[in-house]
Amino acid sequence: MLPVPTSHSPALGPGCAGPSLAYASASTRSDIAPPSAQQPCCGSEPFMVDPSAAAGLGLRRHTDTPYVTGTSVLGITYKDGVMLAADTLGSYGSTKRYKSFERLAKVNDATVLGAGGELSDFQYIQTLLDELATEDYCADDGMQLTPREVYAYLSRVLYNRRNKFDPLWNSLVVGGLEGGVPFLGTVGMIGVHYTDKHIATGFGQMLARPLFRERHRPDMSEEEATELLHDALRVCYYRDKQTTNKFQIAKVTAEGVSVSEAFALETQWGYQAFVNPAANALGTW
Amino acid sequence: MEASGHSDAAPHTGTTIVAVQYSDGVVIGADSRVSTGRYVSNRASDKLTPLSDFVWLLRSGSAADTQLVGDYVRHYAEQHAMELDREPSVHTLAKLVAQINYANKAMLVGALIVAGWDTARGGQVYGVPVGGTLVRQRWTTDGSGSTYLWGYLDSEYREGMSRAEAEELVATALALAASRDGSSGGLLRLVTVSSGGAERRLIPGDQVPPFWDELPAPGKTPPVAGEAMVEA
Repeated sequence: MLPVPTSHSPALGPGCAGPSLAYASASTRSDIAPPSAQQPCCGSEPFMVDPSAAAGLGLRRHTDTPYVTGTSVLGITYKDGVMLAADTLGSYGSTKRYKSFERLAKVNDATVLGAGGELSDFQYIQTLLDELATEDYCADDGMQLTPREVYAYLSRVLYNRRNKFDPLWNSLVVGGLEGGVPFLGTVGMIGVHYTDKHIATGFGQMLARPLFRERHRPDMSEEEATELLHDALRVCYYRDKQTTNKFQIAKVTAEGVSVSEAFALETQWGYQAFVNPAANALGTW
Repeated sequence: MEASGHSDAAPHTGTTIVAVQYSDGVVIGADSRVSTGRYVSNRASDKLTPLSDFVWLLRSGSAADTQLVGDYVRHYAEQHAMELDREPSVHTLAKLVAQINYANKAMLVGALIVAGWDTARGGQVYGVPVGGTLVRQRWTTDGSGSTYLWGYLDSEYREGMSRAEAEELVATALALAASRDGSSGGLLRLVTVSSGGAERRLIPGDQVPPFWDELPAPGKTPPVAGEAMVEA
């Protein structure tokens, strides 16, 4: 019987003990890695107090500065569940580089995850959640991670990575149905996390949150919720440089999780004031 | 032109400006986005400033610096026109802009284009980049979005285009830049300057043509082809 890995997940970065599911380690293989400096015989991953001692072992730090980034993620609860919304842009600095990047991912039948920030770290987080879901599947007891459990797990991962000065550079939004009750939480790259009835990350905090505060009610219908999200997305598109007019909405209800096809929003440009704004003051804008 | 992708306190016309000489004059164009860091402080700004009826200034760089240079040169241009009792030449006003840029090289960040029409030389486009160089060109582009246009304009510009062809070229170039540059966008403003004077044109933000991997505004033409969504 192969030993079941129990202790610290590699999600916590280099320097943590315990074997990993993401790649075959000595404890899950029949042969054992030869002992060497800093490598225990028992097959567990090296536990480093001083990371510089690991220089020769190829351990890498990851995100010092973000490269390919996503912007705001919005989330609201409504009568039937929760809805998350985001655009589909991966920016490369101020270049709009990847215009079909899905930033809303289904975790399981009751949970959806949205991310802004460094998108490679988001893809890594999706791999971690896949591993957990695979464990659940193998246990074959009909239980799957609830949204609150996903939220708690991610908050621990991000906080512990922050403590190692090796953060996963993301703003995450976890949404789902927790025992039939809508759940919405957010976790930031330094481990700050909270739950609320409506959530916005990035520029959405400045632009969308006022709209949510004014118009959100937990018993909103699906049409009202969709319209509120559309209006919030539209404001983010007007006023955030790093957005594109291509959005997705993810919905979690008792029927399950659905992530919509990408759609564009109508935008308003027909104001008289836009036609010749400098008419009475040449050289201004 | 923006210094980098990071936030600046001052408003920057992270911008795309394009000017093209055609058979009877010039077509100039700009986007309308002004940003303060990541925030779009003005989504409908006017970056095309008249220095005289027939000579226009296209502004990119620091919003404050370029507005001031434009104000000074417009003031000089009015006085110069009164003294000469004729319209000032494009070259004269372009040189004034360059001299201000050059004399205050350390303090100003203005990447400018001066374009217009006069009786002596017809349509002319002058690039006045940061530092105060003055160079006459058949066409030029500047601002942060210009990096996405050199290849397009290199391959598509033709000598002696008609007015319609030149307007199409400028509008398409601006739309392409806005499609890839986060610091450019909004609506497109075009001005055509010829012997008859200057004519303005506006392309609203939802009528800017979409390109690869973008969606047109709802209710408009059928979707353009694009890539499949990238998942995990």
